[in-house]
Amino acid sequence: MNGAPAMEVIRLQQVKKAFNQGRPNEFWAIRGVDLELEPGRITVLKGPSGSGKTTLLSMIGCLSRPTSGRILLGDRILSGLPERFMTEERRRTFGFIFQQFNLIKGLTALDNVMLPGCPLGGDHRALRQRARELLGRFGLEDRAASRVEWLSGGEAQRTAIARALINQPRCLIADEPTANLDSRLSEAFMEIVAGLREQGMTVLLTSHDPLVYDAPVVDRVVAMHDGRVVD
Amino acid sequence: MKRLLRRQACLLDFTLSSLARRPGKNLGLLLVYGLIVFLLASVMLFTDALRSEARQVLARSPEIILQRVVAGRHALIPAGYLERMGRIRGVTARHGRLWGYFYDPAVQANYTLLVPRNRRIADGEIVVGAGIARTRGLDRGDFLTLRGSDGTARSFRVAERLEGESELVSSDLILLSEADFRAFFGVPEGLYTDLVLTVRNPRELRKVAEKLTLRLPDTRPILRDEILRTYDAIFGWRQGIVFVLLAGAILAFVIFAWDKASGLSAEERREIGILKAVGWETSDVIRMKFWEGAVISLSAFLLGYLAAYAHVFYTSAALFEPVLKGWAVLYPEFRPLPRVDGLQLATLFFFTVFPYTLATIVPIWRAATTDPDQVMR
Ligand SMILES: Nc1ncnc2c1ncn2[C@@H]1O[C@H](COP(=O)(O)OP(=O)(O)O)[C@@H](O)[C@H]1O
Ligand SMILES: [Mg+2]
Repeated sequence: MNGAPAMEVIRLQQVKKAFNQGRPNEFWAIRGVDLELEPGRITVLKGPSGSGKTTLLSMIGCLSRPTSGRILLGDRILSGLPERFMTEERRRTFGFIFQQFNLIKGLTALDNVMLPGCPLGGDHRALRQRARELLGRFGLEDRAASRVEWLSGGEAQRTAIARALINQPRCLIADEPTANLDSRLSEAFMEIVAGLREQGMTVLLTSHDPLVYDAPVVDRVVAMHDGRVVD
Repeated sequence: MKRLLRRQACLLDFTLSSLARRPGKNLGLLLVYGLIVFLLASVMLFTDALRSEARQVLARSPEIILQRVVAGRHALIPAGYLERMGRIRGVTARHGRLWGYFYDPAVQANYTLLVPRNRRIADGEIVVGAGIARTRGLDRGDFLTLRGSDGTARSFRVAERLEGESELVSSDLILLSEADFRAFFGVPEGLYTDLVLTVRNPRELRKVAEKLTLRLPDTRPILRDEILRTYDAIFGWRQGIVFVLLAGAILAFVIFAWDKASGLSAEERREIGILKAVGWETSDVIRMKFWEGAVISLSAFLLGYLAAYAHVFYTSAALFEPVLKGWAVLYPEFRPLPRVDGLQLATLFFFTVFPYTLATIVPIWRAATTDPDQVMR
């Protein structure tokens, strides 16, 4: 967005991921995925529970590394980066919304939103201001000083969205974002996502909720099954 | 540089909000921690003050005291010895002293009776130390009656109370005239308790002492340096005990700190995962935890140390004065002069702040190096 370099295409080449490799309980959660994700689009990974959606999302978001294969952002290889640079990518390129929201209890909504900005070492007051603006954008200005455990489900999720956006990422990643929401709130969430797409953000969601993958704003649905992309 | 500072400021800010989440737990921690620092610091400040006080007392005593020894016991020394010792190079002054102890059964304490050289006290009058004045309820103009060595009771009028300076010096003191002293203890004219010699040049002390033992074989010279060493040894011994206690306290503290700080709850682990997932580096997490430990241990240190300072220098170490000192009756108001030893301060700081801060960081290291994708499940 404003001033930030445009998002590039994300490419996955023969990506595989094994858990407990070499042990008796070795399990291949991703078994060779080739995928190209256009920037500025909303893509949904859909599939039954256990099909590997979360695992794939973690690898794209630099939270974990593939066992084999490559993930590229433009012409840069993300999958082989050392930990420090993976962290850097998580901080600058991606914004995360976790299934359980993963807000830090006991802290205020404002503090939670500011968290990803902390290691950047920017001006603290400016960061606070930006966090306030984001909360305001999602109608949470009165809740800024509330501890997150006092927030309703919808408020908590919007706080989580605000947190994902604080560092002005180019790609938003959300794992099962509507799993804990009723249908009214799920629709509200998809509206927010549509708004972000309008501003040029790349959005990557996983879901097995038709409210998500059948939403009109979704550009592309990728179906997964047993660690593979189907059809 | 600016970026680095801002980052630290931000981490500290987060740490403070994070600590504020569990005010009960963290205040309790601060209290226990502060109490330990308080105890350790009190002991250190107090023994140090005692020692310096004692040195101060001795610094005023003469370089050489000459005692006569009869059958291995300290005996009165004839005034004639002042001439008999002859001229000795380096001795700038010499004179006889009259002093002694008196046990007062009324308060079960020993007084030191002394004929001062630098002031004249009229016969029948005394000047008393603050401790005696307090315990016997004496004021200027009152009379103090003591039973002398011949069995007769004598009354002395209190001309003055000794105030100020180190109470250790003056608390149990009674100053009286030479005539009164001799009459009270039955010390005949021409005899002194001991003789004192002033020697300006400390390098001549040994030589002087040697000459004295040669010329006056039935005497024993006592050098101030030796007394100082004895005192140091006594305080050293006391401090030895204190240090055993100290070591115990520190050990207990380390265990306590380890236990308190190292147990990473599942909640904390999850939080660290979240922080890493949203882009915190492992080093950021560790720094944050460092601040957490530092904030708690530094404030506990400051709190404990200031409290100990007040305890020792404003309440006269009320809590353990009897344990460490022993002279309970006459010195209830021993007020050491405030002093802080830099090395001691640093030692205490090192042994309290350092282990705790370390203990907070170590387990974090383990948690912070785990994979951030845990938070996705
Ligand atoms: N850390 C792990 N260790 C072992 N197996 C795992 C781990 N994470 C996920 N799996 C397995 O990988 C498979 C895919 O999981 P996941 O990506 O969470 O699927 P989805 O998000 O589509 O439900 C599941 O069978 C799960 O049990
Ligand atoms: Mg999942």
